[in-house]
Amino acid sequence: MVSLAELSVGQQARVLHLARAGVENKLYNLGIREGMVIKKVTGSSNHHGPVVIKAGRTQVALGQGMASKVMVEPL
Amino acid sequence: MNILLIGNPNVGKSVLFTRLTGVRVIASNYPGTTVEFKKGFMRFFNIKAQITDSPGTYSLAAGNKAEDVAVKLIAEADLIINVIDATNLERNLHLTLELIRQADKPVIIVLNMWDETKHLGIEINPGKLSQRLGVPVVATCALTGEGIKDLVYNINAARTSPLRDSTSPLWSEIGDIVEGVQKLHHRHHTFLDILEDLSIKPPSSLFIAAGVMGVSFGVIRFIAENLITYIFNPFFTTVYNPLILRLSAVLGEGSLLHSVLIGSLSSGVIDYRRSFGLLTTGVYVPTAMVLPYIFSFYLMLSLLEDWGYLPRLAVLADRLFHRLGLHGYAIIPMILGLGCNVPGALSLRLFEERREKFIAATLLAIAVPCMAQTAMIIGLLAPAGGKYVLLVFAVLFCIFQILGRLMHRILPGPSPEILIEIPPYRCPHLLNIAGKLWLRIGGFFKEAVPLVLTGILVINLLYFLKVIDFLGNIFKPVITNLWGLPQEVIGALIIGFLRKDVAVSMLRPLNLSIRQMVVGATILSIYFPCAAAFFVLVKELGIKDMLKSMLIMLGTTTIIGFILNFTLTFLGWS
Repeated sequence: MVSLAELSVGQQARVLHLARAGVENKLYNLGIREGMVIKKVTGSSNHHGPVVIKAGRTQVALGQGMASKVMVEPL
Repeated sequence: MNILLIGNPNVGKSVLFTRLTGVRVIASNYPGTTVEFKKGFMRFFNIKAQITDSPGTYSLAAGNKAEDVAVKLIAEADLIINVIDATNLERNLHLTLELIRQADKPVIIVLNMWDETKHLGIEINPGKLSQRLGVPVVATCALTGEGIKDLVYNINAARTSPLRDSTSPLWSEIGDIVEGVQKLHHRHHTFLDILEDLSIKPPSSLFIAAGVMGVSFGVIRFIAENLITYIFNPFFTTVYNPLILRLSAVLGEGSLLHSVLIGSLSSGVIDYRRSFGLLTTGVYVPTAMVLPYIFSFYLMLSLLEDWGYLPRLAVLADRLFHRLGLHGYAIIPMILGLGCNVPGALSLRLFEERREKFIAATLLAIAVPCMAQTAMIIGLLAPAGGKYVLLVFAVLFCIFQILGRLMHRILPGPSPEILIEIPPYRCPHLLNIAGKLWLRIGGFFKEAVPLVLTGILVINLLYFLKVIDFLGNIFKPVITNLWGLPQEVIGALIIGFLRKDVAVSMLRPLNLSIRQMVVGATILSIYFPCAAAFFVLVKELGIKDMLKSMLIMLGTTTIIGFILNFTLTFLGWS
């Protein structure tokens, strides 16, 4: 289990845990839910700049801070 | 009857709204385009219904302002049209089920972007979906108009659904429905898919961004300058000028009417930029100097908007904006502000946090020049050399960066992170582009031109009443000693409250040196927003924050004016 921020670019993973409540709601609304399979499209390796993930037909960009609070299981 | 259009951002509500009511609104391919509610009317079966277009929302759970307002609108509505993006059924159904369970109003579903599902290998059975949801479902393509008739004929079939009493968790109910109703077929990567990937992954993303921006600026300038050279200037020289000269002879050069309508002549010839008559400068400036740039800017912007590139640009710009206390999506108000600060200021509603709004609004008002201003700056400085135009913009850019960082450091509070949906690339639809251009240019004529004419009238009045001299004497220490400009510049500063383009045009008759023109143009850009933008900003920020912002504006202007003047003088510019 790693955070979305630590996940490698191009890797698919299943969303396990959306930690903070506030973030959970916003991500949930956008279509990122626990149990979903997402793919990490980009996220600078030097940990600056947003992380972009794709879940089904939805593509979302989120900040590194938020990404580090989303726990996923690499597939 | 009150009908509400509700749905996720960027699903086509506004396009549908225009189709149903004939009221044109701006529709683009990025979330956050609709920031205000628009109401229109539709007649069907002898019923006159009021239709409300609303900003998109992902859910009804009270979490932010958009959702609170949605809940209020639902309470006022008699019937709800839930617009869904058929290419993203699972996500969109979340709001749908919330509506069914909580809204207690009749619902009908519009499965929009139906045409795209075929290209994407998505197969949905609208009949089955209607069965499962318990409400009518109509498939449409709002852009082409397909399915709209079906929608109108079936509106009264809207109903509340038996699902409203369901208690199973939303995500499992959605999953069930989608499985029973949607089939996904494999499809190959299209060109747009590949382009999407390249646009967001480094390093290709940087090249594409540079390319897009470079081409945009180039095309804007190219189209505008050619319009001016080949259409507008010739028109004024060969058609308009003789008419005005004839009028001038009739009115007689010294008369009051002549001064007001035609202004002053320079040795019998009309200089359209200097005469300051209503029919001369008042017509020439908006038509032959500003309009070409407004047209070409909004043409490029509409293409970029409908293509869907802007959110990707926001992702790239995110890191830069973090240093200013903002996040990448702040680029949207800034880009809109390059056209006109009013829509830029309105889009500040995208920001929920007060601190963010304040920083973005202040930077917008100070360092982002609208097209009217830009066109005039080019008109003023380009004859002396294009590099001077670039210099002014470079200074504005530096102010943007430095002031942003200062505010970020000094103002307490959190800097929220970016969290946005990135829409798929879509082929710009020519009719939508044309419609938006028509709206925006129409807006320019309706709103800007009266202000330009008012501004010119007011200038003439102020000169006549010697108010300009009086105020010039009071502010002389700052204007002349600090900024190195003649005290008559006060006239431009006063008119700049009304319209920036008229203000810049007032610099021309002063016969300024290049240094003075650069300083003058910069100061006019940063010291204060124009009246229209000012009112929107007061509404968005509130009086207290607006006053703080104004202090920053005036302080920055005084200091920058001095630094710029000092530096250029020091470098030997006269």
